[in-house]
This record gives sequence, C-alpha cells and structure tokens, in this order.
Amino acid sequence: MLHTNLTHVLTEQEHKQLLQENENVMICCGRMGPMCIPVYEVMEEIENEYKNVKFADMEFDSPDAKVIRNLPECRSFQGLPFVVYYKNGQVVKATSSIQNKEQVTTILDANFVKQN
Amino acid sequence: MNNHYNVIVIGGGAAGLTAGIYLSRAKLSTLILNEGTVGGQMVLTHEIANYPGIESISGYQLARNMKAQAQKFGSVIKSNLKITAMDLRNELKQITVNGNETYTSNAVIIATGGKSRTIGVPGEEELKGKGISYCATCDGDFFQDKEIIVVGGGNSALEEAVSLTKYAAKVTIVHQFDHFQAFEHYVEEAKNNSKIDFVMESKIVEFIGNEKLTSVKVQDIKTGIVEERMIDGVFIFIGYVPNTEKLEGVIELNQWKEIVVDKNMAANVTGVYAAGDSIAKRYRQVTTAVADGTIAALSAADYINEPTLKNHDPY
Ligand SMILES: Cc1cc2nc3c(=O)[nH]c(=O)nc-3n(C[C@H](O)[C@H](O)[C@H](O)COP(=O)(O)OP(=O)(O)OC[C@H]3O[C@@H](n4cnc5c(N)ncnc54)[C@H](O)[C@@H]3O)c2cc1C
Repeated sequence: MLHTNLTHVLTEQEHKQLLQENENVMICCGRMGPMCIPVYEVMEEIENEYKNVKFADMEFDSPDAKVIRNLPECRSFQGLPFVVYYKNGQVVKATSSIQNKEQVTTILDANFVKQN
Repeated sequence: MNNHYNVIVIGGGAAGLTAGIYLSRAKLSTLILNEGTVGGQMVLTHEIANYPGIESISGYQLARNMKAQAQKFGSVIKSNLKITAMDLRNELKQITVNGNETYTSNAVIIATGGKSRTIGVPGEEELKGKGISYCATCDGDFFQDKEIIVVGGGNSALEEAVSLTKYAAKVTIVHQFDHFQAFEHYVEEAKNNSKIDFVMESKIVEFIGNEKLTSVKVQDIKTGIVEERMIDGVFIFIGYVPNTEKLEGVIELNQWKEIVVDKNMAANVTGVYAAGDSIAKRYRQVTTAVADGTIAALSAADYINEPTLKNHDPY
C-alpha cells in the first residue's frame, strides 16, 4: 500500500466501485518514488478544495493496477506516475510523469465543474 | 488573520526546514513558504546514505521527519503556492503569494534550492514521460531491452548510465565535451561496460515523436552536422540550476545566478539571509544545506534581537 493520506484503490473491484459511485475521479497510479510523491502531495493538498472530485491512488506494481496500466490512453506512457481522470466512468484525460499543482488544477478545472 | 511573522523562510527543502526548526525553537514566529513539494530535492533521492547518524534513509522519509520537526516546534508551512511579489528593501519585508495573500516579516531567509536543468529544445516538454525521463530509478524498467540515450557527463549521468544497463539493451552517452566531469571510478565503470557507447562533443537539438519518442536529432558540435537517430528513450542528467529567477534585481546574484552571501549567510540586503543550494558555494549536499540553514536562522535571530549587530559583527 502506498504511504499517502489518499483513498487507496487496492483491487480491480474497488476501482470499478469508485468509478460507479463518483462522477469525477482522479487516480494517481505510481510508486513511492521521486516523480510520484509530488503528485500525491498536490492531491492531498487540494482534496478539500475540490469536493466535487474523488482523489485516490493505486500501486503501480499491484496486478490489479492493470486496469490503469492497460488503458489505451496510457499506451504510450513510459514515466511514473500514470494519472488518470475519469468522468462518469470514462477517461477524460491521462498524464505520464511528474505534474505540478498548476498542471493538475488546470486539468481538473477544464474537465470537472467545481462546486461552490 | 495575523499575517506578520518574525521570519519568513522562502523554500521548504533541507535548508529551509532546518532554518524553521532553529527559528521556532528560538520562539520566533516562522512561516515557511514553499513553491513545490516540501522536502525539495531530498524527495527526489531514493536513498540518502551519507547523512551522519542515519545509516540509510529514503529522501522522502528524511524530508517528512524534518517537516514534522519544524511543525512540532511551531513553524507554519504553506506549500504548492506561487510567490507573486516580494519587497525586501524595507525593514518590514513583504511577500505576496498567489496574487492575493500578503505576509510581512522582520527578516527573510531564502532557501529556494535548485532544479534539474532541462535541455530546452523542441519536443522535450511534450515527450516528458513518453520516452524522456529525468529519473533512472523511477522509469528505468520501462526500457527493458530497449535502446536509450543518457545525456550528460557528470557523476549522475555516468552512474545512472551504468545502472540503466540493468534494463536497456544499449545505452549511448551523449556529452557536449570531449571529456567527462565525473569521478574517475564512474568513468572507468562506464567505459568497461560493454552495453555503453559514447558520442562525445555532441548535443541533442530536437526530440521527435507523436504519441511517444521515436528519434532524436543529434548535432556534432565541431562539424555542425545533424544526424537523426532512432531511439526508445532518453534520460537527461545535465546538472542543476539555482531557483533564483525571482531574485534578479532583488538581491545580489553572481554570474551563475547563485545568491552571494557572507559567512553569516547574510545577503546584500539588510535582514535578508540565504541558505542551501541556491547560494554560491562548491558543495551541494543535504549536510551543507542543513548547516547553511542553521547559520542563516541563528544570524536572522541575532538580527531580530539586535538589528544593529550586522554592523559590528565581532566574528
Ligand atoms: C537525485 C539527487 C540525489 C541526491 N543525493 C544526495 C545524497 O545522497 N546525499 C546528499 O547529501 N545530498 C544529495 N543530493 C543533494 C541534496 O538533495 C541537496 O543538496 C539538498 O537537498 C538541497 O537542499 P536545499 O534546501 O538547499 O534546496 P532544495 O532541496 O532544492 O529545496 C528548495 C525548496 O524551495 C522551493 N522553491 C523553489 N523556488 C521557490 C520560490 N520561488 N518560492 C518558494 N519556494 C521555492 C522548492 O520547491 C524546494 O522545495 C541529491 C540531489 C539530487 C537531485
């Protein structure tokens, strides 16, 4: 399990359930490595601000993370973490490698309508 | 909300967090403003094995410990923000964050560290994570049996090139000079590795690929001839640049844009100190950042307690 304060998605079933129960979802699929930790930290920090989005992580090396590793949107990715944004269960955006707060919030603002 | 602090520390890496620990323990109200991830470059380091007293620790854990220690003594830490204005000339220092939050203090410590240098050629930003990487331990296993390039000629480049041969079928080191700046044992190890090739006095001028990197254009610096090479991945290790772009015209920087300080870590503006990788110095390590942060904090505390001290420093 990843050492973050985010919701951990451990299995394919949990992944499915998360997408069914939440309209807007951001999952960071990585390891506890230098390129991933900054992204988890950004997510933890903005979790309260973006109440309309469910933030979660998934361990890249777990067999069930194939639900992310094998996404067509991640086909060309060669850098951790793989970050996937879902709306109503569909992938609306995916990024590879480190992202800063500005890059993450730009994607959230473009794809998910923020509630006040 | 009270937005005044005794000291504002800009940067929350090893130097800034250490300054925070010392200032808060001295009962000075301290705000640490950090643009990126708290811990700075420590977080980029898988293992730190040369921090005295700790045999081996992940950079992430060491950063977490330092952060918790600074907070325990009372430092307020705000991260993932942008400093949008800075006025350090007057006795009361003023710093604006995200365009709308202004904080004041009696002294400021700048500990903004450094970041990886990018090559800055077409395609680099677009193909980051899609064949271009700055971290061998993170992304090396995506290149199992592939052909890759390592750019650079220092310790990191040569050490990582050797470590990448665990995965890659072939590693080509592209370096701009005819010699390396790395320690001899790193050079020897790379030269003795049959999977490693060298392209000297050359540089990458373009990264090419749609969905992912497919080739690079490499220019021979002596002849100017550009050749396209098919490649699966490129790892870039070409050193660090100080994070001082916002300080131009604010405090004195040298020709390499490093902050010029005296032995008390004082910059050339009264009440402003600097510490860590962003200052002009030879050795950039966690230990030296921690030492600088300590000195800057103690000097700032002296300044706050006795603002005229700077003029009659007995040391
Ligand atoms: C891959 C790697 C491996 C390393 N391995 C080791 C090792 O094994 N042992 C060792 O001793 N050293 C090692 N080092 C070096 C060591 O990590 C650094 O020397 C040290 O961490 C520098 O600390 P710092 O606080 O000066 O700067 P940084 O760690 O760079 O921290 C600066 C902080 O300031 C923030 N910042 C930047 N600009 C601004 C701004 N304008 N406003 C607000 N905040 C800002 C940054 O986001 C960052 O959090 C390594 C470095 C790297 C990159």
